[in-house]
Amino acid sequence: MLRVYGEEIASRLLLGTALYPSPAIMVEAVRASRAQIVTVSLRREAGGGGGAGQDFWALIRELGVRVLPNTAGCHSVKEAVTTAQMAREVFGTPWIKLEVINDAETLQPDVFGLVEAAGILTREGFKVFPYCTEDLGVADRLLTAGCEVLMPWGAPIGSARGLNNVYGLRSLRAHFPDVPLVVDAGLGVPSHAAAAMELGYDAVLLNTAVAKAGDPAAMAGAFALAVEAGRTAFEADPIEARDMAAPSTPVLGKAFLE
Amino acid sequence: MKVSVIGAGVVGLACASELQARGAKVTIYEQGESVGDSACSWWAGGMLAPWCERESAEEPVERLGAEALDWWDGRVGGVERNGSLVLALGRDAGELRRFARRTSEYEEIDGTRVGAIEPDLAGRFGAGLYFAGEGHLNPRRALADLAKGLAARGAELCFGSAMEPDNAPGDAVLDCRGLAARDVLPGLRGVKGEMLVIRSADVTLSRPVRLLHPRIPLYIVPRGDGVFMVGATMIESDDRTRISARSMLELLGAAYALHPAFGEAEILETGVDVRPAFADNLPRLVRHGNGRVLHVNGMYRHGFLLAPAVARMAAEAVLDATATPEFFQC
Repeated sequence: MLRVYGEEIASRLLLGTALYPSPAIMVEAVRASRAQIVTVSLRREAGGGGGAGQDFWALIRELGVRVLPNTAGCHSVKEAVTTAQMAREVFGTPWIKLEVINDAETLQPDVFGLVEAAGILTREGFKVFPYCTEDLGVADRLLTAGCEVLMPWGAPIGSARGLNNVYGLRSLRAHFPDVPLVVDAGLGVPSHAAAAMELGYDAVLLNTAVAKAGDPAAMAGAFALAVEAGRTAFEADPIEARDMAAPSTPVLGKAFLE
Repeated sequence: MKVSVIGAGVVGLACASELQARGAKVTIYEQGESVGDSACSWWAGGMLAPWCERESAEEPVERLGAEALDWWDGRVGGVERNGSLVLALGRDAGELRRFARRTSEYEEIDGTRVGAIEPDLAGRFGAGLYFAGEGHLNPRRALADLAKGLAARGAELCFGSAMEPDNAPGDAVLDCRGLAARDVLPGLRGVKGEMLVIRSADVTLSRPVRLLHPRIPLYIVPRGDGVFMVGATMIESDDRTRISARSMLELLGAAYALHPAFGEAEILETGVDVRPAFADNLPRLVRHGNGRVLHVNGMYRHGFLLAPAVARMAAEAVLDATATPEFFQC
């Protein structure tokens, strides 16, 4: 079972709640995904600093799953910290998916701001889930800042490109065998999620791939199956790839070759 | 039969029109001081685009929306039937393929054809989708003309009157107050929309143009005389105070991407309001209490598109207590 910040979570799929054709379809997709954690954004929905997104947030709370508010859309430490504080008020949780964006085009994280904000929020009692890259040094700094989970990207947010740097993700997994690692962002199809799980990642987080699919609920179900398949495969200890054929049925000594 | 209609937005006026056409004596109560004064339909794009909307809307929006062009032409005229154009910048070609897969009744066109349809966009786009059967209207003129027609045929319009449904006189009451009815309609939420009205003498368009973008899909609707409506954001928020800087950047960025000459456009107006919507973003007809009050609400971003069909259903439900039209709830 997935363990983060002392909590046991039954599902290894985390789902975002943005970009669906309607809230009703979002609810169907969350159910079909069997996700136990959903992310929700606040930055733009809050309007002029108030709680103008209350109706939508009430729908999220009614899902009956854990809410992981995020700081999507924040480009500075100050914005991210303020948004996290508001999220704690709105959802009554110390959990925060921390995004500090550097580049508007690729939505790459500002890793320096990320580490700084993670330290500030941890000292304020937050449980920080940082959206980061697969860089080992950044990972180390985030852990030192107090993060107990890391969420490296597979590819840029919403890009549907899958795992851009399998080597880097494998390396991160190997360097931090005991830290919960979640591939966050860039997944497009269920095979991407299965691949991440086969690498030994503890979970995946996605949004666009489900929300923008023609049938979001069906796609959510497909991702749930893929995550389960990938995790089971990882635990079953896959064989190594090899260059030479290794027949599963010996041919030597067969009486007839048809 | 005497019917009170509360709310002079697009839904209230369309319902009043359908009821009047069926012989009812209609009185309209509007809390604002004039037509559109407090209605989110005042800020609408006025696109009558049932096939484009299918990209993100459910099936009834396309089926019922297809009635809208003839209805508006019949009631107030002024429907421009020049189709609509869907475009994407080169690197967003995938968005165009996705849009095409989700919709129908379009023609796939190349850059030459884009230029033939909208000469000012010649050479700017390599591909697009042309929905020839769609149209658009000027929503403010349509609301005003609809109200004028209602009054001319004997309807009474009471402005500055915040009537409560239970207190309204008549044999039946249609509550078309939009988000103001959220106290009696659980699950009704607001979806913030922001828009701009700009004027440019440098660009001429004859039909709405949708510019697809993975983050910021927007549209531009020509209003004639060099005036364009640029819309509209979709934010899960009921804040209706002001447009945000980011939203204005996105709206202007889209206009600029469509044609750089829009960079020199005058900004005539900024608009912000909140669309009333239920969780499935589809309308509802809800009968309350002793059956005298019918709430008609939840038009989301499809006010002008769905008002004709929803008004027809509402009028049927008012005149026949046994009617159970689509979207009807007891």
